[in-house]
Amino acid sequence: MDIAVATTRPATQSAAGFVTDEPRTDFQDITHYNNFYEFSLDKESVAEMAARFISRPWQVSVGGLCRKPATFDLDDLLRIAPAEERVYRMRCVEAWSMVIPWDGFSLSKLLDRVQPLSDARYVAFQTLLDPKRLPNQNGGDLPWPYVEGLRMDEAMHPLTILASGIYGKQLPAQDGAPVRLVTPWKYGFKGIKSIVKIELRSQQPPTTWNAVAPNEYGFYANVNPQVDHPRWSQAAERRIGVGIRPTLMFNGYADEVGWMYAGMDLRANF
Amino acid sequence: MKDPGFAKFVLLVNGAVPLAMLGWDAYWKELGANPVNSSLHVTGTTALVFIVLTLMVTPARKLTGWNWLSHFRRMLGLYAFFYGVAHLSIYFAFDQSFSLPAVVRDTLEHRYIFFGMAALLLMAPLAATSTNGMIKRLGAAKWKRLHRLVYLSAVAAVVHYLLIGKLVGPKPKAFAAAVAILLAYRVAAGRFAGIRKARLPTGSSAA
Repeated sequence: MDIAVATTRPATQSAAGFVTDEPRTDFQDITHYNNFYEFSLDKESVAEMAARFISRPWQVSVGGLCRKPATFDLDDLLRIAPAEERVYRMRCVEAWSMVIPWDGFSLSKLLDRVQPLSDARYVAFQTLLDPKRLPNQNGGDLPWPYVEGLRMDEAMHPLTILASGIYGKQLPAQDGAPVRLVTPWKYGFKGIKSIVKIELRSQQPPTTWNAVAPNEYGFYANVNPQVDHPRWSQAAERRIGVGIRPTLMFNGYADEVGWMYAGMDLRANF
Repeated sequence: MKDPGFAKFVLLVNGAVPLAMLGWDAYWKELGANPVNSSLHVTGTTALVFIVLTLMVTPARKLTGWNWLSHFRRMLGLYAFFYGVAHLSIYFAFDQSFSLPAVVRDTLEHRYIFFGMAALLLMAPLAATSTNGMIKRLGAAKWKRLHRLVYLSAVAAVVHYLLIGKLVGPKPKAFAAAVAILLAYRVAAGRFAGIRKARLPTGSSAA
């Protein structure tokens, strides 16, 4: 397979890809078409199920292989860096997509704060485990809590953000309140919601969908139109509110992130 | 039931209700964030409902003795086919942008599309031979044998639904269970009929 990607880190990387000028998906659609299985398997029912979710008080513990592990109250966490508007494409592994104006800051700002050790090569994330507030955790649709992970370079990439808002409003529960991960070049399921724990590790952490169906969902889950899901095509996507369009390599962020995967077999590391 | 005409008319009108509601919601833009997917979902599950209803007619008739139920079987089956065709048409138009080569490729490359296509194609000859004239022309025995394809079609439709999502949700599971029970009934009924037949010639108690 021949995928043309940049093999060196671009010099002027800071702001590239931060704001796409594509039309933004309606707030109504972003908040009423959600994959958040802790509430419901039905995308159009999540908003209703999440309506009474209370996301305060909230704490996020950040630990593992770092010099200064800490547990942050939400307000302290959100004060680590000012929220910026990041307008990202979001490509779901189910072949639909949106353009979402997130408010958040680069995860690297938080990781810098806890000072990762040199053997910290991965970052593990965990969603809240509380069946009283996340009612579908009473069922066995997925092993709970939901867990995700990134390689250290991916976690430190400026495009990777912790988001706490959309359209300038507080992040609605159905979109992952109060704080969630966004990695726009990866399929949406990597964007773990309602995070309570972040841990620096030396080994690749387990990730929920990979554990459930390893042949269908890889650890990397980079958007790739040339590597189909075993059961459906990933070559095109339905942009919500717009229509069918071709899917782009790394969801259109190849210039920004391609260098991290130089020399990797993306068919094997899907 | 002496004259099933009115009851059939009621069924005809009610069978069109899901389509009417879909049209209404589409007109008022009430189909949610992903109207194509919700239309596919409505037409697909409605087709499955009619498949299940069609398969229920014979067991229901035998268990209750209400032979008039069989008057409705043809229309239920035709509605299953009708919603299947609507389902395929939406997919063809809005998912595959009217591209026949794309549909062929999708069918061959992806199992769930293959099973969906098989379910509908298997129903096509049944719809085509659903008239009284065709029953006469084929002869009852041959017609009956041909229409056993509905069992294969039902299984293919359920497999199609089971393969679609990231996870198997409660609805595809429910349809799979319904079809499994209705097919199991036929296996069991056939076996009992076989036993009865086998016993008849040597039936010493029948004196």
